[in-house]
Amino acid sequence: MQYKSQAVAMPYFIAAIILFVAQILFGLIMGLQYVIGDFLFPEIPFNVARMVHTNTLIVWLLFGFMGAAYYLVPEEAETELFSPWLAKLMFWIFFLAAGATVAGYLLVPYATLAELTGNELFPTMGREFLEQPTITKIGIVIVALAFLFNVGMTVLKGRKTVVNLVLLIGLLGLAVFFLFAFYVPDNLVLDKFFWWWVVHLWVEGVWELILGAILAFVLIKVTGVDREVIEKWLYVIIAMALITGIIGTGHHFFWIGAPEYWQWWGSIFSALEPLPFFMMTVFAFNMVNRRRRNHPNRVATLWALGTAVMAFLGAGVWGFLHTLSPVNYYTHGTQLTAAHGHMAFYGAYVMIVLTIISYAMPLLRGRTAANSNKSQVLEMWSFWLMTIAMVFITLFLTGAGILQVYLQRVSETPQPFLVVQDQIHLFYWLREVAGVVFLIGLICYIASFFVGNKDPEHTLEVSNTTT
Amino acid sequence: MAQVFTKSMARNIFYGGSVFFMLLFLVLTFDTTRSLPALDNRDAITPEVARGKLLWEQNDCVGCHTLLGEGAYFAPELGNVYQRFGNSKEAIIGFIKSRPKNGIPGRRSMPQFNFSDEELSAIAEFLIYSSGINAAGWPPNIQG
Repeated sequence: MQYKSQAVAMPYFIAAIILFVAQILFGLIMGLQYVIGDFLFPEIPFNVARMVHTNTLIVWLLFGFMGAAYYLVPEEAETELFSPWLAKLMFWIFFLAAGATVAGYLLVPYATLAELTGNELFPTMGREFLEQPTITKIGIVIVALAFLFNVGMTVLKGRKTVVNLVLLIGLLGLAVFFLFAFYVPDNLVLDKFFWWWVVHLWVEGVWELILGAILAFVLIKVTGVDREVIEKWLYVIIAMALITGIIGTGHHFFWIGAPEYWQWWGSIFSALEPLPFFMMTVFAFNMVNRRRRNHPNRVATLWALGTAVMAFLGAGVWGFLHTLSPVNYYTHGTQLTAAHGHMAFYGAYVMIVLTIISYAMPLLRGRTAANSNKSQVLEMWSFWLMTIAMVFITLFLTGAGILQVYLQRVSETPQPFLVVQDQIHLFYWLREVAGVVFLIGLICYIASFFVGNKDPEHTLEVSNTTT
Repeated sequence: MAQVFTKSMARNIFYGGSVFFMLLFLVLTFDTTRSLPALDNRDAITPEVARGKLLWEQNDCVGCHTLLGEGAYFAPELGNVYQRFGNSKEAIIGFIKSRPKNGIPGRRSMPQFNFSDEELSAIAEFLIYSSGINAAGWPPNIQG
């Protein structure tokens, strides 16, 4: 850690991990509800568990992005953070708001939460992933603005690097597109159309800039490859991400009442969306192969390579699988969507946050470069357990999805939704087992912070470093 | 990537490409909003339908169901539930009304929301309006 103020990243990372645990526990509850329909009913209905599962995911990724920015922006800009106290204040506001919102989901029926928070005055609740009460959404905007101001001022007063610039554009886009969460027209088609301006333009748009910038930063650090080379790659990758991803939004407009030309625009451009992810994989492996130092934090390098591969598989391959409109006609809104969603979020965004945490946390905790061997080995176990579990979750949901599509939509005697669900129980059970393995991986991950803290770390093996 | 392809070229592709495709996206969006009146069944949006949509949202129905294929995959698609229930508003209301408070042992069940008659009617009207949206022939069949 080169600048004292980078330390504000630590609580953000810790909060991220706490919410990650909550996300997984509620994921397991939902997984069980898929096979034991009345599990925890009516205390925690499925929709409530799902809100907690998806909302904690989004919020912990945001904590991760913010922590990443507070850590890497000062180091890139070669100056202290503009205002460490503002970062600390915003942390507590965000953390308490997130906690209160989750408590609200769990303690009272959703309709009561809507009433308590005055949703009828300014209705924004009850849309997928954007279920937060309006007041929470306003809180998110305030936190995001204060955060952007803080990070932006830091960039302005310091060295302007491509990594910082790309990260800042990504974060700015994140804040701007979130504003569409406040637009909830009575017209369902317009509602859906612009809902995607938040959801798609986040995850298949500006978040990819954040992902790219964090990955570039970590690769510069762990490989020692010349910054010029890495920055060029970064520009090409994010260029491809936006060139394909913006019009690629059209793959969500096939069946929601929008004009049918979106079937062409959406199919063609989103078929190209795997390209930037493929380039990211090539990039990450290339840089590691050309490394000019063997950084002692081997597990951070593993996460960096892992995120590139898994993002390509989850977002790229599993996205392509059902993105062409003639295919999507049958697969739209089935377990195939869920399969893709799980691996894409894990590969692209969960793993990049774990990458930066893995790189930064040892330094934030006062080590010179890396954790002890013991801690790193345990973290590698967690990497493989969680990643392989996610591969199987995705495969089982894909199996469930293909059967669902066939039985419900393709066969000559289409069967009702719930009749079909009964027939694919086996896949849901297998998915739940894989989910338990994921939880074991997560427990190893958390344990890795507590083992081998007294053991020595490897010394940094340096050769020809220029960065 | 050799010297022929420089960092500033990469940067220009990023800025140029992003701006161009964002503008193209805005043009397509503008055209979409102009085409929607013929597709989105907006004439059917009465105050009761709007009320039904608010109730749909305030009870997080999308947390279990899909509507035009979007939402959660735990419960049936509702974009065509009106047709599936034999074009009967009463059937929709009857179903929502009759959900057992404590669920069905071992099986998935919709919660009992204790809606008033006005609320039930509004929700059904919202679903009837939704079923009239021109969704390019989706879903493939009546099962959703």
